[in-house]
Amino acid sequence: MPVPVYYSFRNLSVRRLTTALTASGMAMVVFVFAATLMLAEGLQKTLVETGSPDNVVVIRKGSQSEVQSGVERLQASIVESFPEVVMGDEGRPLFAKELVVLINLPKRGTKKPANVVIRGIGRASHGLRPQVKLVAGRMPRSGSSEIIAGKSIAERFEGGGIGEHLRFAMRDWTVVGVFDAGSTGFSSEIWGDVDQLMQSFRRPVYSSVIFKMRDTAAFETIKSRLESDPRMTVEAKLETRYYLDQSEAMAKFLRILGLSLTCIFSLGAVIGAMITMYAAVANRVVEIGTLRALGFHRASILLAFILEALFLGLIGGIAGLVPAAFLQFITISTMNWQSFAELAFSFSLSPGIIVKSLLFSLVMGISGGLLPAFRAARMDIVGALRSS
Amino acid sequence: MECSNSSAKGVEKSHVVELISVFKSYQRGSQIIPVLEDISFRIQEGDFLALMGPSGSGKSTLLNLIAGIDHADKGTILVNGVDISSLNESGLASWRSVNVGLIFQFYNLIPVLTAFENVELPLLLTGLSARRRKEQVETVLSLLNLSDRIDHFPSQLSGGQQQRVAIARAMVTDPAILVADEPTGDLDRTSAAEILSFMGRLVKEFGKTIIMVTHDPKAAENAHRIIHLEKGVLLNPGQQKI
Repeated sequence: MPVPVYYSFRNLSVRRLTTALTASGMAMVVFVFAATLMLAEGLQKTLVETGSPDNVVVIRKGSQSEVQSGVERLQASIVESFPEVVMGDEGRPLFAKELVVLINLPKRGTKKPANVVIRGIGRASHGLRPQVKLVAGRMPRSGSSEIIAGKSIAERFEGGGIGEHLRFAMRDWTVVGVFDAGSTGFSSEIWGDVDQLMQSFRRPVYSSVIFKMRDTAAFETIKSRLESDPRMTVEAKLETRYYLDQSEAMAKFLRILGLSLTCIFSLGAVIGAMITMYAAVANRVVEIGTLRALGFHRASILLAFILEALFLGLIGGIAGLVPAAFLQFITISTMNWQSFAELAFSFSLSPGIIVKSLLFSLVMGISGGLLPAFRAARMDIVGALRSS
Repeated sequence: MECSNSSAKGVEKSHVVELISVFKSYQRGSQIIPVLEDISFRIQEGDFLALMGPSGSGKSTLLNLIAGIDHADKGTILVNGVDISSLNESGLASWRSVNVGLIFQFYNLIPVLTAFENVELPLLLTGLSARRRKEQVETVLSLLNLSDRIDHFPSQLSGGQQQRVAIARAMVTDPAILVADEPTGDLDRTSAAEILSFMGRLVKEFGKTIIMVTHDPKAAENAHRIIHLEKGVLLNPGQQKI
């Protein structure tokens, strides 16, 4: 029979200051751990939510992003004739030939330049992305030098606001609207008429074509048809997969960096927990002797002290997660290494991160408490009772 | 009680404790220090025995051996017919939980547990249901006039009250023997008298067997018999009655 759970918990609450200080150390490590995972999760979530599960992106074979890709006009027309493409309300296929180019714009305030995605859109582009909502102004007129800016661009880049002007590709462009695409990557893009942008940038080919499928089950058929056609040097990806791949390298880097940092920090927290638990054992020698004399086995004592260390870790974990949760209100921007474009995203706290952070804090607790717990369990009864 | 320095043969039914040629020594560095030498005696059921002697005479060690919290180097210790010297550490722990009640000089209550929870501790090892445990703890605490202190922590109790809680904890499992190491050593005269009178009641009314280590001749007067130890040897191998 184990020593009651409340024995372990109450011992922590009795030593409030020591518990609070040790748990604070652990909380800081958990905060860093959770923040890193939240950053990677936020990035991934932003990019994954950018795509729709029934949209297909066609890019040049071997290219990793639309920026590196080129789809010839003939190839685009062949794909447009596929029977799997959904017809829109106006009887036109939900199919868009798009151009993606990177330009350099200065940020508001700091004037630091950063890469921004300019997307040349077709008639169906908006319909293919229902998450994109025009929140101010109007859509650009076809054949004009008008553009619309994502909310994140309008807020953070000079010349990105409605009625402002941007100069790129040797032309002045007027921002006539601002759109909000929620937490997706489109919020960090500028959209304009694809034909005007191709002329200005002197691009003879599209970057990608995007269309909606009638049935998601048809994807494999489309993919194999494209790959077996000798005229096509392109590959098809589900839009969700495409954007997931975009986030992979950056998210992986963030996770590895974060985990390496937290592993180093956690050593300090573990040593702190160990000192606290050794002190707890040293102060309770007579108690341990008494419990053993009453008939509690060594394993029960071991478990009681391990439980105490786990409680300590849990308190640290919760204390670290609470401030980390507030990071969700912060939006940060960084360059996505896959597309080389600036991307704004928020920290995202998922249930998985909560579980991982708590497990991490419990592991820190148990790592710090294991040796002291063994010391307590190995104690000689007579010697322990004599120390009173 | 009968005492002898020679080996005793067989155990009579009325003998709760029987020690046969028990030796115990401690090692300090390379030096072996003998603590108990060739101890043999018996304790009958319902006896109240006082172990007396100067510091370092081995009385606490003898008490620990009888309580099963220490191992003899040589010899046999029979408690209720069970040879506890043959039990391993785990077996001894299980045996102690139901057969021995321990009372300490400094009470040794767990400070973070209430009086109720302290008394309940040994019962947690018995497999009794929570309802039965509650009944038993409340009965014992009321017997010791502690019903109004049930939810108090040790720090909220006086020394005498703490020792009464410790006695309640010792007797809650209805063990065969109660061992008390200087139970009045940390108490004022009034509280000490109260504790000794209660221990006397336990013997008289409940037929308990008590073995008490004490320095205090006044405390020893409450016992039926006294054993004197000096340098690990029994001084009064014959019977002595107060």
